[in-house]
Amino acid sequence: MSVQIEDAVRDSAPRIGKGGAPPPRRGRGTGRAARSAPYLLLIPALAATAVFLGWPMVRNLVISFQNLNMKQLIQHLTEWRGFDNYAEVLGGEQFWRVTLRTIVFTAVNVTLIMVLGVLIGLLLARLGKKMRLTLSVALVLTWAMPAIAATTVFQWLFDARYGVVNWVLDALGWHSMARFDWVGSQLSTFFVITVLIVWQSLPFVALNLYAATTTIPKELYEAARMDGAGTWKVFTSVTFPFLKPFFLATTFLEVIWVFKAFPQIFAINEGGPDRLTETLPIYAFTEGVGNLHFGMGAAISLLTIVVLLAMTAYYLRLTLKQEEDEL
Amino acid sequence: MNRSLLGRIWPNAAAIVLALGFVFPVYWMFTTAFKPNSDIITEDPVWFPLHGTFEHFSTAVNAPNFWTLVGNSVTVTVLAVGLSLLIALCGSFAIARMRFKGRKGIILTFMVAQMAPWEVLVISVYMIVRDADMLNSLVPLTFFYMLMVLPFTLLTLRGYVAAVPKELEESAMVDGCTRRQAFVKIIFPLLAPGLMATSLFGFITAWNEFPLVLVLNKEPDKGTLPLWLSQFQSQFGDDWGATMAAASIFAVPILVLFLFLQRKAVSGLTAGAVKG
Repeated sequence: MSVQIEDAVRDSAPRIGKGGAPPPRRGRGTGRAARSAPYLLLIPALAATAVFLGWPMVRNLVISFQNLNMKQLIQHLTEWRGFDNYAEVLGGEQFWRVTLRTIVFTAVNVTLIMVLGVLIGLLLARLGKKMRLTLSVALVLTWAMPAIAATTVFQWLFDARYGVVNWVLDALGWHSMARFDWVGSQLSTFFVITVLIVWQSLPFVALNLYAATTTIPKELYEAARMDGAGTWKVFTSVTFPFLKPFFLATTFLEVIWVFKAFPQIFAINEGGPDRLTETLPIYAFTEGVGNLHFGMGAAISLLTIVVLLAMTAYYLRLTLKQEEDEL
Repeated sequence: MNRSLLGRIWPNAAAIVLALGFVFPVYWMFTTAFKPNSDIITEDPVWFPLHGTFEHFSTAVNAPNFWTLVGNSVTVTVLAVGLSLLIALCGSFAIARMRFKGRKGIILTFMVAQMAPWEVLVISVYMIVRDADMLNSLVPLTFFYMLMVLPFTLLTLRGYVAAVPKELEESAMVDGCTRRQAFVKIIFPLLAPGLMATSLFGFITAWNEFPLVLVLNKEPDKGTLPLWLSQFQSQFGDDWGATMAAASIFAVPILVLFLFLQRKAVSGLTAGAVKG
C-alpha cells in the first residue's frame, strides 16, 4: 500500500507546467555562491540515495556473481561463479514457472482493481452528498488499514473453523465449505490473497477517479448527451479520453504495487502450500534469505527487477518523454 | 416503478452494499478484539460485541517486548520521516526554483529511486548491514526508511514549492527580507499542506515496512510493530481475540492519522491527477 501511495503522490502532485519553470536567475547573489547553491541543497538527497539505494543495487549485482551460502558467509569467503547463478536460475524450470505465475497474478489483480475501481469511482460521482460521504469514509478506512494488519484480519475471516466466510457460504447452502481450508491449495490461497489485495487497492483508484471526474468540464458531458450518447458512449467519448493520463498512471502504479506485494503473500502462507503461491519477490526472498543461498537469491532479485522493468517499460518511456518536454 | 425512481434507488443500494463490504473486515477486527472467547469460538458468529471485554488488549499489551517495540516503531518512523522532510525540502527547493546543469538527470534519478524494489534488495541490504556490524540496530532501519520515503517526498514537495508564486518571495525580498527570511516567513507556511500530505504517506510507509525489518532485526526486542504483529499472530495462532487486539493496536495510529488528514491528502493527490 505504501508504495502505491508514494508513487501516487508523486504522480499527481501539482507539477511545474510548461513555462512554469523559472528563468535562469543570473545576476542575483554573487556568481559562484549562487551557482553552487542548487548543488549544495541537493547534496544530502543525492548522497543518501547513492549510499542507501545505489550501494545495495551495486552490492546485489556483485553478490549475484558469487557462490555465497551459509559457509562462505560465516568464513567470509569470496567465491566467484561468473554467470553460473544466472545460468542455473534461467536453466531451471522453477524461475519460469514463478515468472509466469507472477505475470498472471499481476494481470488478474490489476484488471480487477482497475475495472471495479473505475466502476466505484463512477458510482461515487452519481451519488447524493450523504451517500457519497458514507461510501468515501468506508473507502478511506479500508485504504488506511496497514497491510500487515489487514492480512491478519483476512486470515481470521477465512479461518477454516470459525471464520465468518465459511459460515456465510455454509449458510447460503454451500455446505461443503463449512470447514474449508483456504490455505490448503494453490488456487484458494491465491483467491484469498487476491480478495485482500483488491479490497485494499480499490479505495485508491475509486476515490481518485471520482476526484478526477470532478475536473471534467460539464459542457463536455452536456454536448455528448445532446448528441444522444448513452452511459457507455459518454464514458468512452468523454470520461476516458479526458482521464487517459490518470488511467495510465494508475495502472502503472497498480502493476508495480501488485507485482511487489510482499507482506500479503508472505504473511498469509509464506508462499505455500508447497511454494505454489510464490511470486518473484517471495521466490527471491525464500531462495536467498530463507534457504541461505544468497548468491542465487541476488541473481533472482536482479532478474525480478528486469521483469518488472519490462512490464512497466511502456509507461516509463512515456513519462520520461513527458518529463523531457516539461523541462 | 418508473424509471427515474429506479435510477435513483440502485446507486444508493449499491453504495450501501459496497460500504458495508469495505468496512466489514475493519469492523470485524475491532469487534473480535472486544469479544470474549466464548463469543469468538462459536459455530455461529456473534455479530455484535455484546459482552465487551478488554482481556485481549491486555494479552497483547503484556506480550513480551510490546512496549519496547512500540518505542522502536515510533522512534524509527518519526526520525525517518523527519529527516526525509528536511532533506527533501532543501532538494525540492533547488529543483523547483533553480536552473542548473544536470537538473534533468537529477530528477530522473529520484523518479527511478522511487521505483526501488526494496522487497528484492533485502539480500544485499542484509550483507551491507551485517558487514557494518549493525544487525539488530535501529540506525540502519531509520536510514533505509528515510530513503524509502525521500524520493516521493522530494518530488511531491517540488510541486508544492513550484506552485508558490515567485512574486511573493520577491516582494518579500524587496521589503527587506533576506532570502532565508522570505523562505521561512512566506513560503514555508504555504507548504504546510504539502508537508502534511507527504509526512502522512511517509509515516504509513515507515510504520508498515516489513521485509527489511524481518531480515535485519531478528532479536525479539529490536524489531518494530509489523514484525511483532506477524510473530504475535503465529505465536498466538488460534487466539483470534488477542490477534485482532494486536492488529487493532497496530492499525489505530494510521487510521486516526488518515481520518484527520485524508481531505488534505486526497486533494493533494488529485491536484494534478489529470494533468494532460
